Amino acid sequence: MGRRIVLSMLGLGAAGVVAAPQLQGGLEALLGAAADKDPTGLTELLPNGGGFRYYSVVSSVPRKDESSYRLTVDGLVDRPATYTLDQLRALPQTRTVRDVQCVTGWRVPQTPFSGVKLSALLDAAGVRPEGKAIRFTCFDGAYSESLTLSQARRDDVLVALRMQDKPVSHSHGGPVRLYVAPMYFYKSAKWLSGITVTSDVRPGYWEERGYDVDAWVGRSNGRTDAPTV
Amino acid sequence: MHRTTAALMLLCIATAAALYVPQLAELVGRRPLVVTLHQWSGLLTPAPFLLGLASPAFRADLRRLNRFGAHDRTWLRAARRRDRSPESRPAGKFNAGQKVYASWIAGAVLVMLATGLMMWFTSLTPLVWRTSATFVHDWLALAVGIVVAGHVAKALADPEARRGMRTGWVERGWARREHALWAADETDDA
Repeated sequence: MGRRIVLSMLGLGAAGVVAAPQLQGGLEALLGAAADKDPTGLTELLPNGGGFRYYSVVSSVPRKDESSYRLTVDGLVDRPATYTLDQLRALPQTRTVRDVQCVTGWRVPQTPFSGVKLSALLDAAGVRPEGKAIRFTCFDGAYSESLTLSQARRDDVLVALRMQDKPVSHSHGGPVRLYVAPMYFYKSAKWLSGITVTSDVRPGYWEERGYDVDAWVGRSNGRTDAPTV
Repeated sequence: MHRTTAALMLLCIATAAALYVPQLAELVGRRPLVVTLHQWSGLLTPAPFLLGLASPAFRADLRRLNRFGAHDRTWLRAARRRDRSPESRPAGKFNAGQKVYASWIAGAVLVMLATGLMMWFTSLTPLVWRTSATFVHDWLALAVGIVVAGHVAKALADPEARRGMRTGWVERGWARREHALWAADETDDA
């Protein structure tokens, strides 16, 4: 009898894996509706409860504000620069509304991001001919990311100051984060503090740990999610 | 044996919470370290059980847990009626609730292990499987968390059972009352 319970758990587990795509869709719809009316926030703790999840690779991240935040642009450029938060806000702003897709599976629909086009900062710095890629560094002290120069020049790659039409909060990587719309969300480095033009692509933090460098949503990391762009 | 399993299980649950609950994730950070701890504690959770199979006493307990008798049906019916009197809940060394818990958690750990391995070694299985495995892993984790919390609550409510787990000895009176059929069972086995 005990053995039968063990075996039926295994059976249920296997059935769950087989039926998961249908079950997941139904549950997401149900929980999404419940979460809208849930004042306690408890539904957010349930699996697929929706929304963003917080990932950090270090134990604590310093906080930066108007006075302490700096973004440096350097490397293979003619005019290295350092921007304060106010200087970034004074530049022309671009707003995009796209889905966010994490490589671990969660997706947040139609999320507005706005900020300065990365290409504008690169143009202002004047990329030298030998510059072929960008390395991004973060003030959490550990995270890094990379893009090729042509990826970095896309119109939907932003140095984001606002997310969901509010200033990017600390837990979402504020005050300034990278936003790479067509790629998995690990490319959108949080707590962005450095943009360095390099001669070749240097894999970032997660990429040294097995994730794809060219992280197009739906065409990398062995996943088939619907593209976000 | 029980203590090692419990330690591994709690480590697995604690790291799962630190990976999963946003507020805790924010507090703990250090994602690669927590992931590694979670993977290894999960992988090792069945190890004490497998080592225990070498012991005849452990195998005898497994036989007891596996065997459901007429008195176990009586026990489960009484549990459903919330009837707590020892007379209506006959039990040997293990009562029916403990038997159900043991086999459920054994099955659940194996499912968690299988789905966990599918998420860990992503090249082993096709992608659709991995997403589905994540789904099963997430929801079963929630169930395991609740059931293990219930298991701990039951233990906290019964100091004599805890003493039995700790020292291997229980009072005769407690055993007669809570596990009336145990003595008979022992003589049967012998």
